[in-house]
This record gives sequence, C-alpha cells and structure tokens, in this order.
Amino acid sequence: MLDSIAAWFADFGSSFYDNFIKDYRWKYLTTGLTNTLLITLGALILGIVLGFLIAVVRTTHDKTGRLGFLNVIAKLYLTIIRGTPVVVQLMIIYFVIFAAVDINIILVAIISFGLNSAAYVAEIFRSGIMSIDPGQMEAGRSLGLNYTQTTWKIIMPQAVKNVLPALGNEMITLLKETSVAGYIGLQDLTKGGDIIRSRTYEAFLPLIAVAIIYLVMVLILQYAVNCLERRLRQSDRN
Amino acid sequence: MIEINGLTKSFGSLDVLRGITTTISKGDKVVIIGPSGSGKSTFLRCLNLLETPTAGEIWFEGEQINAPKCNVDLLRRKMGMVFQHFNLFPHLTILQNITLAPITLKLKTKAEAEARAMDLLKRIGLADKAKTYPAMLSGGQKQRIAIVRALAMDPDVMLFDEPTSALDPEMVGEVLQLMKELADDGMTMVCVTHEMGFAKEVANRVLFMDEGVIMEESRSPAEFFANPQNPRAREFLSKVL
Repeated sequence: MLDSIAAWFADFGSSFYDNFIKDYRWKYLTTGLTNTLLITLGALILGIVLGFLIAVVRTTHDKTGRLGFLNVIAKLYLTIIRGTPVVVQLMIIYFVIFAAVDINIILVAIISFGLNSAAYVAEIFRSGIMSIDPGQMEAGRSLGLNYTQTTWKIIMPQAVKNVLPALGNEMITLLKETSVAGYIGLQDLTKGGDIIRSRTYEAFLPLIAVAIIYLVMVLILQYAVNCLERRLRQSDRN
Repeated sequence: MIEINGLTKSFGSLDVLRGITTTISKGDKVVIIGPSGSGKSTFLRCLNLLETPTAGEIWFEGEQINAPKCNVDLLRRKMGMVFQHFNLFPHLTILQNITLAPITLKLKTKAEAEARAMDLLKRIGLADKAKTYPAMLSGGQKQRIAIVRALAMDPDVMLFDEPTSALDPEMVGEVLQLMKELADDGMTMVCVTHEMGFAKEVANRVLFMDEGVIMEESRSPAEFFANPQNPRAREFLSKVL
C-alpha cells in the first residue's frame, strides 16, 4: 500500500518535472498567460467603449428617431459580428485584412476580440437602457434637463448597475474565447499548454494546468464583479 | 398665464383630445376630473410637452410653446410636474434628487441648492431623510419628495398627474395636505385627480372632461358638485361621490 502511494508520487514528480521544469517549459505557460491577459484586457476596453457607443446610437434612435444612418450601420455591424464565429473573424482580420501589413499579432487579437465583444456588449447595454422605466426620462425632462443630461445623470447610472451581472458574464466569456488565438499562431495560454503537450507527449498535466489557470482567473473576475455590484446596490437597501 | 386654443391630440387613429380651449390664470387652482380615458392626463402632459399636440396652440407666459422655435427645456424649468408613480431617481439620495436639476442646469451652486433643499425638506418634516435613498421611504413620503423636487426649481405653475392614485389610502392625506399648503401659498396649480374632497376644498375652478373635450367648466366647485349641469358630469359624479 505504502509502496504504491510512494510509486505514484514518484511518477507524478517525474511527470511534473518533464512537463514544467525541464527546459524551462513552465515559461510556455507564463508567456501564454501574459498574452492571454493582455489580449483580454485590451479587447475588454475596446469592446466596452465601442459597445457602449453602439448602444447609445441604437437607443437614441429608438427613443428620438435621430441618428438614422448610424443606426443602420450599427445594426449591420451587429448582424455580421454575431452571425459569424469569432475564430473566422480572427482569421479574416489577420490573414486577409492585415495580410500585407506588418502588425503586432497581439494587437490583431485585441482588435478582433474587441470588435467581437463590442457587438455583445452593445446589446447588453441596450437592454439595460431600455429596461429603465420611461417615467425616469420624463421626470428628468420635466425638471428642465435636456435629453443628453437626463441620459447621463439619470438613465445611464441605473442602466449600468442593472447590466453589471450580464457584463461580468461577457468578460468571462471573452477571457475564455481568447483561447482560439492559437489559430493565427499566437502563443496564448492554451497554445502554451499545447506546445508542452507536443514536446512531452503527455496530455494530462499541461491541459489540467491550463484549465486550472483559466478557472482561477474566472474566479478572481467573478469576485471583482460581485464586489462592484454590492457597492452599486447601496441605494436598494431598505 | 397659460392659454390653450383648439388643442387636439391623436395617437394614430385614436383622437384623445378633440379641441380644448381654456385659459389658466395666475393663482388658479384648476382641478380636472373625468372618467378614465377621457384625455385628462394627456391634456396635462401636453401643457409641458411630454406629449406633442397634434394641432392647436398652447401659450405660456406670452410664448407659444408648441411652436418649433420654442426651447422646451427652458419652458419646463418654469413648470413643475408631479407624476402618479413619483418617478424619484432611485440611484440618488433624497437630497441629490432635489438638487440634481438646479445644480446640473447651473441655476444654483451646490451649497445654495442644498440649503434650499434642506429648507424644503424641513418644511415637510423629512429633513432627517436627506441622506437616504427613495427605496427606504413610504409612498406618501416619496410623493412629497417628488413635489419638493419640482418646487426646488421655483416653478411658476405646478402640474399634478393623479398624484395620490398610486398611494395606500392612509398616505393620501399627507400628500393632499402638502398640496393644500401650496395652494394657500398662492401657487398656480393644475391637478388631475380623483380626490373630489380635495377638488371641493381647494380648487377655484373645476374642468370636467370626457371624450377628449371639456364638457363642463365651473368657477364655483361647490355649485358644480352639488348641481352639475352636464348630464355626463351628473352621471360621473353619481358614480364617484
């Protein structure tokens, strides 16, 4: 009994050594993790900014009838982005649009995932804005505030608070979606684990390690969103 | 102060207002009554252009407000509005609810606006609620805050759209009391309500509306309630009184 446990630990030890220590293989994971984080953060910022603008265009059009041209563009954009897989978008942007341009591959990934995320973020923000009682807009306007002032001071703060859970969900999705970045030869976390596997011909440890790292990142993200939500829920307390 | 001339409003093929002409003078306390669907709320909402009239003219302090060149935002500063469902801003404290518009529109500094808000809150006995959020108040308290929020803009006229209809019965009194005090202070008021007691006691004019027109107008509410001339008004009053 003791012998078999000792043998298992010895096996695990040598396997761990082969996969992570030997030839500095752990660096595949750390480099990959850095790239994954860079892409996620960049895409997140791009997605939220662009998505927010699209949502403002769409709701302003729905409520006031203005911005017709921009609204058509926005709708077309949402249709194309949501109607095609993110991997295909990523490859088109890298191999077609930037084919002849010497551009940092991480930047390409940030643009691709950011443009993709923006479409989903736009719909999240739009649903948040539309969910606010029309009486709030009327109350703001009846006090003499104009449409823009009412939108920024009254509608947006409530809308953002309402969509925070959905937005957190989108962040988690985005983080995990970046795992297809390997398709354009970018060495992200998933690709890093895969390289180790191709070196050691062992699938278990590298893939489990990659999975655990993703899981930990998601848990941290979830915790951060929960903290933010609690802060913004202040006004609901009875 | 407000002159309404041939005002009509249609939603698609539905004619809600079918030609309303009346004048509201400074200091008037006008109560509008009528069955539901008679167009009384729509009429009130046309006065500050929350609904855009289909045809007709509305003049306020010498300016035609439904003309294209009229600045709606400037107009609304002078017309306070109180809604059936209060429409307080749930993400802001009571104090911020009251000071938001004066500060955002740069009519007052933050300190001035807060001082004025605290004065108003003291007057209605809710000064201790200044730092709390609307979710913590009762319906009656919310509506009184909503009235105070409108007053903080120093309006020339106050529009009330069924201010007590969403309240529990025991909270109606406190809101009506505040409205009576406003009336005693000489505020010009236009009030859509189902509170006939309030109409009798406070109004100097009663408009009875049905089917999108003013069916009967009385400058003597006591007489109107005792002896309405219009058969529709008689029928309506026999049901509600």
